[in-house]
Amino acid sequence: MEKVVKIENISKAYGKYLAVSHVSLSVKRGTAFGLLGANGAGKSTTIECILGTKQADSGTISVLSLDPKKDRRHLFEQVGVQFQECDYQPEIKVSELCEETACLYKSPADWNRLCKQFGLEDKTQSAVKSLSGGERQRLFIVLALIPKPQVVFLDELTTGLDARARRDVWKILKDLKDNGLTIFLTSHFMDEVEALCDEICILNKGRTVFYGTVDQAKEKSGCNNFEDAYLKLSGEEADAE
Amino acid sequence: MKAFCTLLKNELKLNIRNMNMVIFAVILPLIVLVILGFLYGTNPAADGADYTFLEQSIGALCAISICAGGLMGLPLVVAEYRERKILKRFQVTPISPCMLLAVEFVIYVLYALASMITLLLVSRLLWGVHLRGSWAEFIGSWLLTVLSTLSIGLMVGGIAKNSKNASVIACVLYFPMLIFSGATLPFEVMPKMMQKIISVFPMTQGIQLMKSTFLGLTIEHSTIPIIVMLGVTLVCSGIAVKCFKWE
Repeated sequence: MEKVVKIENISKAYGKYLAVSHVSLSVKRGTAFGLLGANGAGKSTTIECILGTKQADSGTISVLSLDPKKDRRHLFEQVGVQFQECDYQPEIKVSELCEETACLYKSPADWNRLCKQFGLEDKTQSAVKSLSGGERQRLFIVLALIPKPQVVFLDELTTGLDARARRDVWKILKDLKDNGLTIFLTSHFMDEVEALCDEICILNKGRTVFYGTVDQAKEKSGCNNFEDAYLKLSGEEADAE
Repeated sequence: MKAFCTLLKNELKLNIRNMNMVIFAVILPLIVLVILGFLYGTNPAADGADYTFLEQSIGALCAISICAGGLMGLPLVVAEYRERKILKRFQVTPISPCMLLAVEFVIYVLYALASMITLLLVSRLLWGVHLRGSWAEFIGSWLLTVLSTLSIGLMVGGIAKNSKNASVIACVLYFPMLIFSGATLPFEVMPKMMQKIISVFPMTQGIQLMKSTFLGLTIEHSTIPIIVMLGVTLVCSGIAVKCFKWE
């Protein structure tokens, strides 16, 4: 099966601090991949190296068989991204942000329809800063989908959402995956990862400590509950004691 | 091209909504004009001069807006977009950095243009100010001043570490140029020594050139200011594009 994202042996240090160390992973087309780990485990740095917004010190990276640094403009015609620290111009309205994003692509999706699909049709004339947390996260999904992407990167998309809103987002992502979209996400919610992800990679202090499916994680750790398995595998349980 | 127009339209709307530049780049020069108008009316610039004081000041008044947009507005908006990680969001889209910079650049050209048009209209209607030189030469020297000043701003926004840093550099450039280049205090009343020092500002050169072309005076030494301003434009915008950082 075709690999949409492929990274081999990447490392990234900030000064003396090694944020990511020899991480390799690959994501098959039409699957969802979860990158897990505690805060500071290196998830965001890994995503940023994959996207080329940070330069990895070593290793090879390819997304849709392109180099994210060299082929930036070509690659991002087909990739949607939602960053953890996502900001927008002060005073901007939902419609303006969507329009401004859509105009950057050769053949963008119809953002009005996307807004409708995500229940934001009444909000298009509102200022982005006036949206509630759930509405804002849904808007960021809309923005990530405007390029009609083949793959989306979602960094802690559901952080700050209530249980209902999180379930809604899962449903959306599941539908998108069923329609062939490849999803790369990071999350702190294990129920979400279990519901969505075909494969996961757990990082601890920048190193891969587990790589495989959710069931394999349970098996390896000997836990029935995936959250227990995650804590055991990521070594956070031991740290807490 | 469509992307450029949509971005320009949206960014201009956001910028106007912010009101800062409307005040500093359009309304402020107009207020200065009105004050000068009530003080000097249609008095000649000096005894025996065949043009009025206001006519002599039009170039300098146009420069107030250019100064505000180029040395305050432009560097701050670029630095702020970087700091707020708005540029980072653009980095993961197919847009080219040059287009993004060009959009912001054009916005401040439009402010300067709006200011020039309102100044010319109001001064003509109220105090009969009219251009004595050639339109082409006046617009040419205006454009040269705009391009050189804005490219300085673009460079400052590009190399400043954060928006605080950018605003310090902007202030250091903005206030001396606004006060000493002849944009507010007339160049002619300053001591000779000071005139020599402030002649290094591209702004000063631009104002002198705009004044001469507006009044239709024979320009004796126009080559040097033109070369200085073109040089500043090329060097500064080159650095701005070369050193552009998304983050």
